[in-house]
Amino acid sequence: MQILNHSLQFEALPGALAAYRATADEARLLSFASSVRQSGGRFVALWGSDERDRNAGFALHAAFGIAEGLALVTLPLPADNPEYPDLAEIFPAANRLQRATYDLLGIRSRGEDQRPWLRHANWPADYFPLRRDSDPAQQFETQNEEYAFVRVEGDGVHEIPVGPIHAGIIEPGHFRFSIVGEKVLRLEQRLGWTHKGIEKRFEQLPLSDGYKLAGRVSGDTTVAFSWAYCLAAETLTGCTPPPRALWLRALLLERERIANHLGDLGYLGNDAALSFGLAQFLRLKEDWQRLSDQLFGHRYLMDRIVPGGVACDLPPGGGALMLAQCESIEREVRILKDIYDEHAGLQDRFLTTGRLLPALAGELSISGLVGRASSQTWDLRGQNPIAPYDQLNVQVASHRNGDVAARVAVRFDEIFEALRATRQILVVLTDELCRDLIEPLPSARDGAFGVGWIEGWRGDVLVALEAGPDGSIRRCHCHDASSRIWPALEHAVMGNIVPDFPLINKSFNLSYSGQDV
Amino acid sequence: MYQLLKQIIVTGIKTEVPPVADEALRVIAQRLEKAMLDTLGRALVIRQIDAGSCNGCELEIHALGNAYYNLEGLGIRFAASPRHADLLLVTGPVAKNMEVALKRAYDATPEPKLVVAVGECGCGGGIFGESYASCGRVANVIPVDVAVPGCPPTPLALMQGILTAIGGK
Repeated sequence: MQILNHSLQFEALPGALAAYRATADEARLLSFASSVRQSGGRFVALWGSDERDRNAGFALHAAFGIAEGLALVTLPLPADNPEYPDLAEIFPAANRLQRATYDLLGIRSRGEDQRPWLRHANWPADYFPLRRDSDPAQQFETQNEEYAFVRVEGDGVHEIPVGPIHAGIIEPGHFRFSIVGEKVLRLEQRLGWTHKGIEKRFEQLPLSDGYKLAGRVSGDTTVAFSWAYCLAAETLTGCTPPPRALWLRALLLERERIANHLGDLGYLGNDAALSFGLAQFLRLKEDWQRLSDQLFGHRYLMDRIVPGGVACDLPPGGGALMLAQCESIEREVRILKDIYDEHAGLQDRFLTTGRLLPALAGELSISGLVGRASSQTWDLRGQNPIAPYDQLNVQVASHRNGDVAARVAVRFDEIFEALRATRQILVVLTDELCRDLIEPLPSARDGAFGVGWIEGWRGDVLVALEAGPDGSIRRCHCHDASSRIWPALEHAVMGNIVPDFPLINKSFNLSYSGQDV
Repeated sequence: MYQLLKQIIVTGIKTEVPPVADEALRVIAQRLEKAMLDTLGRALVIRQIDAGSCNGCELEIHALGNAYYNLEGLGIRFAASPRHADLLLVTGPVAKNMEVALKRAYDATPEPKLVVAVGECGCGGGIFGESYASCGRVANVIPVDVAVPGCPPTPLALMQGILTAIGGK
């Protein structure tokens, strides 16, 4: 089949997700990417694989989000001197992913920016961990790296280096601010500090166990990642989980969304000096997580979604407890929203701060809640819904101001919508639905490919999975929306004052671990 | 302002009883004298370091500050600099990329200092193990006094680990 009237021939992947795959040469990859860009589509992910043991070279894989769903394009590359054209010219979001792909696999884009991204001189420049002949257990001396930051020069310009260890309970990253007085002229991020070799580690795990590692790509997004992994595993084995398992998955995903939004709204108040907001929202979040623990046995719902279904059910009486909690949380969040909305000092800090304008958000392929606060109304739950979202009719929140206030407003809207969806799910779960929770995963064919794409609380997460022989994992790529959204933060802080950076950063609340994969 | 004050009053005080220390969490024998511990116990300053975690442990460390656990109510608070800290609370398998930063933070922390390793990864490398990119458990990089397992450890387990490190205050 054809997509966007392009000459590439796509085949539809089996399974719940609307995903299409094609193999292209360089020219057609570029022309397809341009078509996606012109049609208002977006860039989703990019990764590589080593195919030299199959009498081939390497391969580059790019994923694009279009109205029809997910389009995957593979570009075969030679074993010697594997290079590909620079996709960042069409989609700037590809830049860091191309650099990361070189660090891990040694396949190079022809782009101008060849600085390392995940490699911080702590393994040799000629060691590429994702090559099939690389020994994952090999250890190297760690060294200090000199990274070529872009310098801003001029009268009175100076730099503030921050990190990798930050001044709070935050993940590590390095921010290089170039400032004049209090005003930020430029921010450059240096990330990759928490890279812990996850994709190589997958290759040592059986396909049936990989969901645990996927669920630890970014701990705050464990439900979304484990669902994406399981969806990929189910696609490639031809497994359909029982309906009840799918409804439970959606319940867990919405619980994760609400938990994170509650925490963020508290910290956003705190970063604007309203510590009352932090105390109140963290109390609500704690109540929320205690019920998760009581009903499903884990405060963050880790390892509850497993290949073929779920590992937990709603216990008797759990539905009533959850409904009562939805009601009390909604009532309290509405009170707190009124307090936030009417607090002049808070709104003064939120409004017009850290703006990401819609046109730029579109150019940078920004999705997730940050995108929705800048008119990029991508939400897989609404646009490409997989069961049970096809019956939930999720209303996609959006805002067009792109400032901190807009990102706060989107979070409030999404809490209320997730609470509504939760109530709808609970009606179905307490109804006469078959009690089966898991469908055994059939054995996977060597080389079978599957993909999972789930709208987590922060944005879309993608897992591309290829089976190896005897139930092993040949290649697993995990992509968090953070990887694409981080560069937008560099733009959003420009022209703001340094003391507003923590507030702007919190309003994005991106994952470091998820981007460092 | 009326709504805000009303909300504070309606909420009331939520703080619960803290857990007691558990000597089983100790990795190496207590290195600090009792007099020192008695002083630290009422005014402990923690520097938290994410050395490569998935951020799950950070979520629970954040929860220590909520009204239910109210860690600050015990005289224990988090500082922005290791130079102000008595105790390092370290999460993650230590990513190779964080090894130098973690060692520097440890060296910058004045003696006497304590280290609590957090989570399955901090205690034993966890699911990530040791590889070209991971040094594994925290004790592979800096000396660890107390290790708190769990994925992630609950706020109560974290409190217990911290209280154990300072001798059960």
